[in-house]
Amino acid sequence: MSARPATLVEQFERGLAAPICLTWELTYACNLACVHCLSSSGRRDPRELSTAECQEVIDTLERMQVFYVNIGGGEPTVRPDFWDLVDYATAHHVGVKFSTNGIRIDRAVARRLAGSDYIDVQISLDGATADVNDAVRGAGSYATALRAMAHLSAAGFSGFKLSVVVTRHNVSQLDEFKALADAHGAQLRLTRLRPSGRGADTWPQLHPLPEQQRVLYDWLTAHGEQVLTGDSFFHLAPYGGPLPGLNLCGAGRVVCLIDPVGDVYACPFAIHENFLAGSVRGPGGFAAVWRDSPLFAELRAPQSGGACRSCGFYDSCRGGCMAAKFFTGLPLDGPDPECVQGYGTEALLAAGSAAGRGDVPRPAPDHSHRGPVRGQPVPVTIGARPAAPRPPSRACDENPLTGFAAG
Amino acid sequence: MSTELAAAFDLDRPWRIDDQVAVRPEPFGALLYHFGTRRLSFLKNATVLAVVRSLAEHPSARSACAAAGVSPAALPAYERALATLADSSMIRERA
Repeated sequence: MSARPATLVEQFERGLAAPICLTWELTYACNLACVHCLSSSGRRDPRELSTAECQEVIDTLERMQVFYVNIGGGEPTVRPDFWDLVDYATAHHVGVKFSTNGIRIDRAVARRLAGSDYIDVQISLDGATADVNDAVRGAGSYATALRAMAHLSAAGFSGFKLSVVVTRHNVSQLDEFKALADAHGAQLRLTRLRPSGRGADTWPQLHPLPEQQRVLYDWLTAHGEQVLTGDSFFHLAPYGGPLPGLNLCGAGRVVCLIDPVGDVYACPFAIHENFLAGSVRGPGGFAAVWRDSPLFAELRAPQSGGACRSCGFYDSCRGGCMAAKFFTGLPLDGPDPECVQGYGTEALLAAGSAAGRGDVPRPAPDHSHRGPVRGQPVPVTIGARPAAPRPPSRACDENPLTGFAAG
Repeated sequence: MSTELAAAFDLDRPWRIDDQVAVRPEPFGALLYHFGTRRLSFLKNATVLAVVRSLAEHPSARSACAAAGVSPAALPAYERALATLADSSMIRERA
């Protein structure tokens, strides 16, 4: 070891006393059935944390000085105690940012939300036009989101977030999204599509193409800190330098997920037993999981970098996203499936044989609706296939010049 | 960055942490979170944490630095750090 003091990123990689960014999904229940839902939400889980248990979690977060939680779901606002829990959290000095499809944001709610410094709202929208959005989020979901934004805007809630998952179909609408956010006094937040939850089935058809990734990177660079990214595009850094943010995989180090039944996962995009660190219902609650979980200790230990170590760009992308690798069947110490150097494409080809054997991990648990849902999007893949083997790698879909894109 | 920032920050004035800011000690120093601006800042060592925490008890930022053992040679770096915090409203001048 050299005597050089550790950089801030290296310090973060060793873990913090408490998470910076904690996602808490309050329910798996959802009125929508988005084709890329990262938590495979739909039906409420009967083991969902009770109001009292949620309050206990909030007490713990207050003691740990977790400044704010990102509440999601499912659709969190369909929990009958949702507004009480928000009030409880803010009264206990835990700020709340919640993600919603807008279903419960009427005029009265918007007024109430606008009155608190400790509440932030994130409206999910995945197309700047109804056709693009509703194809993945369901018929009517664009109108619902726009109505919610109009209420927030009219109530004077400035700076709420318009949250967009970037896909192959909406990446050409970045300027329109920005204009939509600006028109409502909101801030645009763009995040990366992960092959998590139902996204495992739709990622191959929805993730941006290599040439689109370049467009996205240039657009993000041009807009700097005006546009939030949840630090999710650090795999694009080798195009020309880091985007604003920490630029590291925060799983178990600075982020984690509490799911609706109290299970703690390393990150919101890694709902799978391999990334299950413990439960808030266990002895010592959430604090003990964060502090003592063997999985988190492993994630905070120095990583080898594996196959990526010899790549000149490893220091900028840090190997990319753990969840994206895992759910596409790639080794965790190798390249990201969307590696801008094209190594992910090669790795996906190699993993294609694993997929043929059915070795690609399936996201679980699955709370998807079993029956039809009103306005449900038409699946972009033909034939849902929970148990069927994954088709071979989509590497052929990729631009054959992708390996030369770095230039 | 900060020649401009440093110029706007006066080491000889009294300062304090903003009321809407929470400070959380960490192995590397501390995290600061401002509930009003929803911004996060990092204090990169224990000395700057000690300075920031003691600002309100000193007649000037300079005096807080001296009490925390900041040497004259190191003072410009601390001045820049404090200027950055002032610029992001994490600390503010006392009346």
